[in-house]
Amino acid sequence: MIKGNIHSIQSLGTVDGPGIRFVVFLQGCNLRCGCCHNPDTWGFDGGTQYTPQEIVDKVIRYKEYFGEAGGITLSGGEPTGQAEFAYEVFDLCHKEGINTCLDTSGSILNEDVKKLLTVTDRVLLDIKYTSDEQYREFAGCGIDKPLEFLAYLEHQKIPVTLRQVIIPTLTDNEDNVKRLKDIADEHAMVDKIELLPFRKICVSKYDNMGLEFKFGHLPEPTHEKMQQLNKLI
Amino acid sequence: MQHENWNGFKAGVWQDEINVRDFIQANYTEYTGDDSFLSGATERTNALMKKVQALFALERQFGGVLDIDTATVSSLTTFSPGYIDKENEIIVGMQTNRPLKRGVSPFGGIRMARQACEAYGYKLSETIEDEFKFRTTHNEGVFRAYTDEMRLARRCHVITGLPDAYGRGRIIGDYRRVALYGVDRLIEEKKKDKAAMAEKPFVAENIKISGELFKQINFLGKLKDMAAMYGYDISGPARDSREAVQWTYFAYLAAIKEQNGAAMSLGRVATFFDIYMERDIKNGTLTEEGAQELFDDFVIKLRIARHLRTPEYNELFGGDPMWITEAVGGMGEDGRTLVSKSSFRVLNTLYTLGSSPEPNLTVLWSKKLPEGFKKFCAKVSKDTDSIQYENDDIMRPIYGDDYAIACCVSAMKLGKQMQFFGARCNLAKLLNIALNGGYDAMSGIHIGPQMEPISGDKLDFDTVMERYDIYIQWLSQLYVKTMNVIHYMHDEYCYEKVQMALHDTEVERLMAFGIAGLSVVADSLSAIKFGCVKPIRNDEGFIVDYETTGEFPKFGNDDDRVDSLAQDMTHRFIEALRKTETYRHAVHTLSVLTITSNVMYGKNTGATPDGRKSGEPFAPGANPMHNREENGALASLNSVAKISYDDCRDGVSNTFSITPEALGKTDDERVNNLVGILDGYFAKKAHHINVNVLNRETLLDAYENPENYPNLTIRVSGYAVNFNKLSREHQREVISRTFHTVL
Repeated sequence: MIKGNIHSIQSLGTVDGPGIRFVVFLQGCNLRCGCCHNPDTWGFDGGTQYTPQEIVDKVIRYKEYFGEAGGITLSGGEPTGQAEFAYEVFDLCHKEGINTCLDTSGSILNEDVKKLLTVTDRVLLDIKYTSDEQYREFAGCGIDKPLEFLAYLEHQKIPVTLRQVIIPTLTDNEDNVKRLKDIADEHAMVDKIELLPFRKICVSKYDNMGLEFKFGHLPEPTHEKMQQLNKLI
Repeated sequence: MQHENWNGFKAGVWQDEINVRDFIQANYTEYTGDDSFLSGATERTNALMKKVQALFALERQFGGVLDIDTATVSSLTTFSPGYIDKENEIIVGMQTNRPLKRGVSPFGGIRMARQACEAYGYKLSETIEDEFKFRTTHNEGVFRAYTDEMRLARRCHVITGLPDAYGRGRIIGDYRRVALYGVDRLIEEKKKDKAAMAEKPFVAENIKISGELFKQINFLGKLKDMAAMYGYDISGPARDSREAVQWTYFAYLAAIKEQNGAAMSLGRVATFFDIYMERDIKNGTLTEEGAQELFDDFVIKLRIARHLRTPEYNELFGGDPMWITEAVGGMGEDGRTLVSKSSFRVLNTLYTLGSSPEPNLTVLWSKKLPEGFKKFCAKVSKDTDSIQYENDDIMRPIYGDDYAIACCVSAMKLGKQMQFFGARCNLAKLLNIALNGGYDAMSGIHIGPQMEPISGDKLDFDTVMERYDIYIQWLSQLYVKTMNVIHYMHDEYCYEKVQMALHDTEVERLMAFGIAGLSVVADSLSAIKFGCVKPIRNDEGFIVDYETTGEFPKFGNDDDRVDSLAQDMTHRFIEALRKTETYRHAVHTLSVLTITSNVMYGKNTGATPDGRKSGEPFAPGANPMHNREENGALASLNSVAKISYDDCRDGVSNTFSITPEALGKTDDERVNNLVGILDGYFAKKAHHINVNVLNRETLLDAYENPENYPNLTIRVSGYAVNFNKLSREHQREVISRTFHTVL
């Protein structure tokens, strides 16, 4: 049976998808974003191995908390990097009546990922920047990848939450947020936009791993700035 | 029977017998809406509260105790009436003749009264000292009967916090009876009960009851006298809302004048008051503003209630608590909710008067509570950190729908059950004593069955369990016997005359035992079972420390391998307790609750096999040890939820702290998610949870700059405290607890 490499499990997730969610962070990511707060999930090796059933056996223990909105969220890392495993987890969850949510950069769209999306109730799609230049410079892929992913979700009629980290000097301007809003407006399946403030609490993780925090020199956005930008969406 | 003050109420058996529940069921109006009907504080309330705040500030300046009357023994009529601001008070009555002035209660123990006076620079008056030379106190009675072993168990702190030096508390009079029936009717019924005793065999048991009934009747008379001093005649039923609140408060006030028990809980009054308020609103004699004002004024009185304590007491129960616990909400047996508009009003006092630890507002949670009420509770929690939740769905089948909570988590049927409070024993210390064959290395005391310390380089699980069980059996019988002594003597020398007068004469008694250090023991046994624990011995061959290596599952991660060890421990302990007969045929119950004594228990317990260092605090109540939870908040809750309420009928306390950010992004999300957490946790059959929504940084700042946080309230373990009233040590422990945060 296929096993997944799991970085960690958070039994109470309230910020990664609707309602109360059991969040599984998968190991491994194909991107190297400067704002990433989980550098310890980058490598595909490592973590703890679980079978899909083992994950689902855990999730079931939290069904009472989920109510109508909650469920499981696969995050990472990049969960589409272990799409086969993720599919098995979601498929089993569906059989248990548990809502499924995928937190992804939308940078991988192969047949395995398409299969995964057949058992995905919602996608939290991270649109990291609204310009191709920024994408290529700070994320490691072009903007065409997430847009192609979004078009596919639109076609498959899967509800989408668009998310973007607001990073001072890079994405904390009104033009950028308006462009993000335009992208959302062009897709009927996008029913929510979330702007996430760039946070630096992960600095110690980088230090401990001996890695450079590329955006370590940037400040966190102010509460006022977030409020101002949130008004645009 | 009919009374003109009952006009407008639906008739029922409550008229012919003392039966408050029947009155409530026949007359209350359930409320399933939201909080939008509520009123704010009136100018009068604000002005009165300002005076109270000034008094609180003064009390703080005086080191926590504003004044003590050292010459008057606190009782129902020993103090002349006291007021905050006579002209502007709607509900009157005070423990002494001035707000925040404390009286002395030597009946529980003169030593404690004396020491408490001295601790604050006072001296107990010669008159009282002389008078009590010729009286036996509860404390003296107990120590006459204590065996050597009982004294040793106390001295080495394997059993502590026993109510053997002051009032036992944890008894809730059905104070509502005074409002519904008036005192004369209650006296009449008690006289009938006493007359009926003549038909019974006059053996010790019944002679005792007969004597107690005399005391009850006598003190019901004093209750009337006390009210008369304030200008009220409470011989008949209350006529309107204000009288209903006033009569009920007089009854409660009489109880706290008479008794200085640690927990002096209120019961379940809000929906009872609501019946009078609905009637008055319908009659056009009361407005919503007026109804809120009645609650506000009543709650102000509860917030200024005080008892005089020693510093040693404060070490166990930090923050000067009274546990004026009011149970709010819950469901009725017929499926209607017991939530009324007044359930909202009493919670609303946390806004109209600001957040506060007292009264100890306790929401009886059910999956079926109306959504509007659930959301309001969650909002209040999020804004004030002042309320706790207990599972109505697991308590109602046992206690019916007119029970209340004494202290933190002790359920009892109002007016029908009472409790013999028994603090707790230290299971972690007991493990160390067992491994050392009956020797407590912390105190140097030999106690319990004497045998060789456990041998070998590595602790073997089965050998340890076999040994541990011998000591569990030994401690259990000693614990029951000790409790029997305490409660025999308390009944004898410090009987709760007013409170028991507000119970049925035929009362069911519960004997509440407790354990501390459950998560330490579960993790220690897990370390022995799944990891590798090497005992480190001193020159005499006694184990004084452990070297623990290897991975082992820890309580608080929803891992059955270790959680089952915790489950087994509570089951084993209550089963062991049940083997020893109790005083007055009380039913054995067990709690997993520490109040703030987890710090003191830790201080008195050597290193444990889980890796906890000598002297390090335990986690409070049934909480997992701090920062050993690796899978987030719900995993931690699930572990605690596994502790069986059937084994722990006296409650399983869990204190939960989460940052606002971890609850969600918007206020709405946070409220909805908190409701979801509570629904889920209680669906798992968990019993209790304290909810704090705050950041550690707030507490750190309050630790450094207390003057900026005069009213910072935080739930600790079954109750709430004003953070500034905790000792520095307790504050540090609270700060070190797990705060569930966003990753």
